Formats: sequence, structure tokens, C-alpha cells
Amino acid sequence: MTYFLRRLGFYLFTAWAAITLNFFIPRMLPGDPVQSLINKFQGRLNTDAVESLYVLFGLDENRTVWQDYVAYLNNLFHGDLGISFTYFPTPVSQILGQSLPWTIALVGLSTVIGFVLGTLAGVGLGWRRGTWADNLLPIANFFSAIPYFWLGIIAIAVFAVAWPMFPAAGGYDPGTLPGWNMEFIGGAIYHGILPALTIIISSISGWILGMRNMMVTVSSEDYVTVAQAKGLPERKVMFGYAARNAVLPSISGFALSLGFIVGGTLVAEMVFSYPGIGYMLFQAIGSKDYPLMQGAFLVVTISVLVASMLADFVYAFLDPRTRVEG
Amino acid sequence: MSVQADPIGLSEVEPEKKQRSRGTRSLGILRNRKALIGLIMLAFFLVLAVIGPWIAPHDPNAVTQDSLQPPSADHWLGTTNTGQDIFSQLLVGTRGVMLVGLLAGVLATMISVIVGVTAGFLGGIGDELLSLLSNVFLIIPALPLIIIVAALVPSAGGVTIALIIALTGWAWGSRVLRAQTLSLRKRDFVEAARANGEPMWRIIFFEIMPNLTAIIASGFIGTAIFAILSEVTLAFIGVTSISEWNWGTILFWAQSSQALVLGAWWWFVPAGLCIAAVGTSLTLINFGIDEFVNPRLRNTAASASLLRKKGIRARIGFTPVYRGGGSQHPEPSRARGTDVESGDQARTDAAGSGPSSDTAHSGRTTNTEEVTA
Repeated sequence: MTYFLRRLGFYLFTAWAAITLNFFIPRMLPGDPVQSLINKFQGRLNTDAVESLYVLFGLDENRTVWQDYVAYLNNLFHGDLGISFTYFPTPVSQILGQSLPWTIALVGLSTVIGFVLGTLAGVGLGWRRGTWADNLLPIANFFSAIPYFWLGIIAIAVFAVAWPMFPAAGGYDPGTLPGWNMEFIGGAIYHGILPALTIIISSISGWILGMRNMMVTVSSEDYVTVAQAKGLPERKVMFGYAARNAVLPSISGFALSLGFIVGGTLVAEMVFSYPGIGYMLFQAIGSKDYPLMQGAFLVVTISVLVASMLADFVYAFLDPRTRVEG
Repeated sequence: MSVQADPIGLSEVEPEKKQRSRGTRSLGILRNRKALIGLIMLAFFLVLAVIGPWIAPHDPNAVTQDSLQPPSADHWLGTTNTGQDIFSQLLVGTRGVMLVGLLAGVLATMISVIVGVTAGFLGGIGDELLSLLSNVFLIIPALPLIIIVAALVPSAGGVTIALIIALTGWAWGSRVLRAQTLSLRKRDFVEAARANGEPMWRIIFFEIMPNLTAIIASGFIGTAIFAILSEVTLAFIGVTSISEWNWGTILFWAQSSQALVLGAWWWFVPAGLCIAAVGTSLTLINFGIDEFVNPRLRNTAASASLLRKKGIRARIGFTPVYRGGGSQHPEPSRARGTDVESGDQARTDAAGSGPSSDTAHSGRTTNTEEVTA
């Protein structure tokens, strides 16, 4: 129990650190972005927005940084992330609330699928080392070195332009209205296939390689030898004894690399103009929409923390030793 | 016992192989084929990074009339929609990519060594705090953080990007280094040095650090890959200065100029392949280091394929056994088989029975269904 409390404490601390980082980053950087923004949005920003800009960048002369910080935290607790410039006057929280489900569905599903498939393939490759299967390793290696977004570009060039099998952009048919009907859901799945496939392909190789190496190490342990010596069916030795122990580092690695994965897949959204958080972040960068940018970062970070916490607890559940060490 | 010592004739192949490996031992990691290929590829790109701008046939910025030409003799990789030569852009862009990778890798490695080794060596509250710091940085998604910072810094160039990447990407290395330092700290030779009254800096630099070299090198390469991918991604998104050429900038212009819809594959394919090639070369080197450090990875694969040539499928139990026998080099050269099917057959332990005295083959790997004819 203390283990879970400690981990919970750690995640709360990390969340606080991310929020604080998010608050201080614009204040530590040189220049006066506010003035240049006001010039850029000449006439399109009302006094409210200018005010929130000054608060955002801590340039309100009447208040100390500390007061700003408290106000910022207070706003966050009420779910107030400021007002977007690009979609003025829509609150940032509302925009992100609409795009979060898309990201969770696309990135979440394809990450989990990639992890499961990659781990299974790694089990097989590790078990059959020294055979033709080893030739797959350099290929996996090459794919893990490709940036996500480039794979996406190639996928669009091949499957959306050269052979128009899938749509190149968007998350659903423009003709349909978002809602729980077959037409919309079908369109959403159809639009999601290509981005999901690229994410799976480029993330899978990392899991294959990691799992394969762990299988090689684990399968020479004595308990695997004993299991084999007992005459247990090979499948049982492979999954019940070898893979079961080899997977533990993969799971803790999964928790730790979630940040990298989500960061990378945000870029996939940018390539496919998929209506998730990543695409919002992309648009925010293009139009220098700082509140939206920071809100997106915060939402992504908190999601990663939550997912990572879940993976952590699964790990503790699978490996009782972590709980004892606590 | 010695009758069964080498039932599948493994040692016939081994001695010759041994001789060779002994001869090139001083070259260490170069003996590893993966690492060698990786190093050659990397050297190629490093040379390009130095001479790229000189040998570029055209000015990468020069706008000409030849818009969107496919590859030809004059423009090896074709042109952009404004008639710029893509091959020249690629050559000139190599420097930026390699420089950021190198710089960010060096900086991040330095931070991770300082934090990780200190944490592992100090222990106690100092360790707790430093570990907490690196865990926080480990879990906050790096790329979005880098994007935010880079977007706020007006016209961020290569050095700024390298700094930002280094400041956010050191945590993984420091975590690994801390774990290793923790285990080294308890070893006898460190205890002995401490008992001799050696100063702490001397223990750290002369007793502990040499044992961390491989991990530090591996961490450096990992960070360099991360830095290159991040930099290219940032350039592609358009966060960084688009006037500096690198492979990401080429992709940025390709994407924003509708190269996909126009079917101008020569515009976006080569840059991506270059990124993947550099990434692959670094990964291969890292594999080489891994196998160098962890002989299990190297030898299980090697002995498994050796056995396969004998018609035996390797599944379990190929722990390379290291038997002293006067051998100086830690190269476990033999696989220990498990005699699964016939427990009554001699599970031989025949040190010294093989032709080469320091290698001992023991047992055979049999399982009737695995011995495929």
C-alpha cells in the first residue's frame, strides 16, 4: 500500500512540476512577446484578451510573480486555461476538450496495439534466435530510426495520392456531423486507419527489439531450463515461464516511454491534420496562439502522467517484488 | 565423460574463430560487424557534414526557372517548386543535423553523468532529490516541452535547439548511470580505494568512471539519435528558424508547398532516408556497445546460429559459460546445452576436453523435436 501511495505522491509532484514549468517558461524567455502579439492581432484582440495575455506572461505591473502564480493555479483548478486567440473567444479548455477524445482514441489505441504486437513478435524472435527470424532485426532497426512524421508523409504519398485508398487528412467525413451514428463512426474509423497504421509500424520495432533481447537473456535462466526439462509443452515454457518474466522491463519501459510516444504521435496528427491535440498544438504554433499552446502541453502532460501511473500499477501488480521494496 | 564432450562437433569450428578474435582484440568494438557497419555509415555522414557546403553543386537558396524537375544529370535529386536544387540542400543541411546531434548529445551526456554519478555515489537525501529530478524530467513528455520552448524563443537556431534538447533529454542516461554507480559503489575495489584513504574525486574519476564508459557511450548515442529526430521534427513543424538548412527544413518546405499532392517524391524521400540512415547507423553502434558489454546477447545469437548449421534449433538454455582455465579475455565462447529429452545422458562438464583448452563445451542441446534433420 505504501508503494502505491509513494507512486501517487510522485505523480502529483510531477504534475505540479509540469504546471509550474508551464507557468515559468514564458517568463524566463527574452523579449516582449505580448507587444508583438498585440501588434500582430491588431484590432482582433479585445481588452479581455490583452489582459489575459499580460497575466499569462506576468507583465501585469500591479502584481508580483507570486500573485500571478497563485492566480494561475487557481484558474487551473477551475479548468480555466485562458482564451484562445485563433478561435477567439472560445476558451482553450473547450477546444482541447473537443480534441482530446480524438487523440486518446487514435494514439491510445495504436500505442497499445503497437506494444502488444511488438512484444508478441519479440517473444517469437527471441525464442527463434539464430534462424531466419534474425533477419527481421535490421528491418525493425531501420524503422525505429525513421521519424514518425516522415513515415506519415510517405503513407500519404502512396496511399492517399498515388493510390487514393484512404483520405489524406481529417478525422471524419466532412459531410457528416459528429455524433453516435453509424455513418459518422464508420467515417471516423476509415480516416483513422492510415495514421494508426503509421504509428503502429514506427512504434512496433522498438518493442520488438527490447522484448527480443530480454527473451534471449531470460531463456537461459535456470527456471526456463527446468520447465523445459519437466517436459512442459513448448508453448507453455515460452509464454508461462520465459515471456512472463521477460515482459516486465518492457512494461516499465512502456510507462517511461509514453512521453516519447505521445510526443512523437502528436506530430503524426500534424501530418494527417487529424483533429486531436497535436493538430491543435500545430495550429497554435502557426498562429502564435500561446494560451492554446500551453494548454495543449498541459493536457498532453497530464494524460501521459495518468497513463504512466496506470502502467506503473499494472507493473506492480505483475511483479510483487516492486511492492515489497516500496 | 570426455567421450560425450563434443557430440556435435562444435569445437571443430571454434579454435580457428578464436585465433582470429584474439588477434583483433585490441580493436575491441570494431570486431563487431554491426558496430563496424554503423561506424562506417556515421563516418560517411560526418564527412558530408564537413565538406557538404563545399561540394554542393548549386546554391541551395538559388531560385531558378527549373521548377519541380525530377532527378536529372544537372539536378541529381530534382528541384523544388521554386527551382532550388534539392541535392545541394541535402548536402548543406547535413552539417546542421550532425552538429545539433553532436552538441546536444555531448551536453546531455555531461548533465546525465554529473547528476547520475553524483546521485548514485552520494546516496541518502541527495540521491533522493536528484533521482526525483531526473524522474520528473523522464516522465514529462519531452517533445511537446521542446516545441513550447522553441516556439517561444524567437527564431531559434541550431545552438539554441541543441541547448533546449540537452536540457530536456538527459534524464534517461542519468537514471541508468545512477543504477550502475550504485552497484559499483559497493564493489570491493571501490571499498579498497576508500579504505586506502583515496580522495572522493579520485575514487569517482579513476575507480568508478572507467567502469561506466560503455554506458556513457551508449547514453551519448541514444541522446544523439533523440536530438537529431527532435531537431528534424521541430524544423518540419516550422518552430525553428527556417532559413537554416537541415533535413527537417527541406521536409517543411516540401510539406508546405504541396509536394505530396504534386507527386514530387524526390523532394521528400531523400531527406527522410538520410535521417533514417543516420539513425540506423547510431542504433547499430549502440547494439555493438550493448553486445560488447553484455556478452550474452552476442554469444547466444552466435552459438544459436552455429547450432542451427548443425541442424539443431536453439530455443532455451544457451547461457555462454565463462570458464577461467587460464583464459585472459572474458569471451564466453561456448554454449551450455540443456539436455532435456534424455536426462539420463551425460550432461557433460568437460573443462579441458575440447581441443582449445579454455573453452569447454558441455552437453548437447537436444530435444527430439528440436533436432531437425
